[in-house]
Amino acid sequence: MTDAPRIMIRNLALGYGSRPVVEQLDWDVAPGSLTAIIGSNGSGKSTLLRAMAGELRPLAGTMDGLDGSVTSYLPQDSGIDRAFPISVADLAAMGLWRKVGGFVQIGRHWSGEIERALGLVGLAGAARRPIAALSGGQFQRALFARLILEDADLILLDEPFAAVDRDTTADLVGLVRQWAAEGRTVIVALHDLDQVRQHFPQTLRLAGGRATYGSTAQILSVLGPAPVPKVPPGAFRSGTVA
Amino acid sequence: MYDILIAPFADYVFMRKALIGALAVALGAAPIGAFLILRRMSLTGDAIAHGILPGAAVGYLLAGLSLTAMTFGGLVAGMAVALGAAAVSRRTTQREDASLAAFTLISLAAGVMLVSLRGSNLDLLHFLFGSVLALPDDALILLAAIATVSLLTFAFLFRLLVADALDPAFLRRVAKGSGVVHYVFLALAVLNLVAGFHALGTLMAVGIMILPAAAARFWTRSVGAIVVVAVVIAALSCVTGLLLAFHLDLPPSPTMILCSGVAYLVSLLVGREGSVMTRRRLPAGVPA
Repeated sequence: MTDAPRIMIRNLALGYGSRPVVEQLDWDVAPGSLTAIIGSNGSGKSTLLRAMAGELRPLAGTMDGLDGSVTSYLPQDSGIDRAFPISVADLAAMGLWRKVGGFVQIGRHWSGEIERALGLVGLAGAARRPIAALSGGQFQRALFARLILEDADLILLDEPFAAVDRDTTADLVGLVRQWAAEGRTVIVALHDLDQVRQHFPQTLRLAGGRATYGSTAQILSVLGPAPVPKVPPGAFRSGTVA
Repeated sequence: MYDILIAPFADYVFMRKALIGALAVALGAAPIGAFLILRRMSLTGDAIAHGILPGAAVGYLLAGLSLTAMTFGGLVAGMAVALGAAAVSRRTTQREDASLAAFTLISLAAGVMLVSLRGSNLDLLHFLFGSVLALPDDALILLAAIATVSLLTFAFLFRLLVADALDPAFLRRVAKGSGVVHYVFLALAVLNLVAGFHALGTLMAVGIMILPAAAARFWTRSVGAIVVVAVVIAALSCVTGLLLAFHLDLPPSPTMILCSGVAYLVSLLVGREGSVMTRRRLPAGVPA
């Protein structure tokens, strides 16, 4: 049903200014795969997702396969003013933008789609409520409803469960798995390794600017041998090697 | 009743013209104000309004009290402040509120200095508080034109403006080229503040933009309704302000702004959405 892309990343370097956060990344993402990105804070998880979403230009290297497909991206902090006077349904309906455009009203024939999306995230009765009335978990559910309506081939999520309760996490993880089952490519930055082990078949681990990729069992069971840290020039002079 | 509400406009041409000018400004400016508040850019509006002063003053120095020269100077200077303040906060570590305050103060001082170089104190008052009771016909046409262009653009771009205020990063991803919406909005803000400058003066222009919109925020929970309520409050403030000024012999521009100020204070206290009164009824910690 979707045109999930085969993404080929070659020799990718990402960073801010000239300081690279991610270096020499080679990574093939199969269409319809479900991948977790793990790594400590500052290891470049968000940076990589931003680059794949087209919000950050690579310092070097190539990312092929992203152009032809519809990509949706949920940053860790959406930056949305939670007091903004807009209803849950209207927020979710922004996901239809690519299909409807910005110059016409969203027609009534979409209302079924919007209700269905809100139902899937467990906000069936909340369509008319202002987003200001939502809890943190409910707000994240509303953003997931928007993702459903985006109907993307490639879905990038940055720590989507970081600030939500256990029930919400369980529901939203179910949606993520559903998306992958529908043939969409889903890539999720996470820090909860139990979650990764339970739900994500593939894992990309970022550490010290280098990446390891493989089946989750393989990457997590080893968790090492840790990639050799890059030794800055002059580090040997003191005679100690970490 | 007729004597109080209708007669001033029926009997005096200058009152009719003032009413038309003020209503045009209210129609155009109040929707802009609603979006300035939604985008947390109220201070930007203030800085632009003050930025218009030195621009219009340069026009005045070169060409006297010429509508074209002062309008053009005001537009250029207002746009420079709008873009400049954003650039400063992007390129330096200083937060935008500080750079906006700096721009506001520099503009005000420079403007007053420039007008005083040539003009009398009367001219200076005209710059600071407008001349709604003495608007020439070409100024009225300009104000009406600005309000028309502004409202049409708003109607056409409404969903884009809402999306750009709510989640600009999302909009950039799903609609290529949507970054231009922000600049169209800034341009509309500058245009309406120049219109407001002619009618209400540089110190009061931003008042008719921000106060009705801030008041409207306390009455409704959708963007469209906020815009409508803001326009209604702005228009009522203009009519009430003009009548009070006429009967009590008050300066019209501050009287109109004070009327919207009263509307704001009342809304703040007893409005239906997040006002002092509604928050007192809720248990602590529940967002309204």
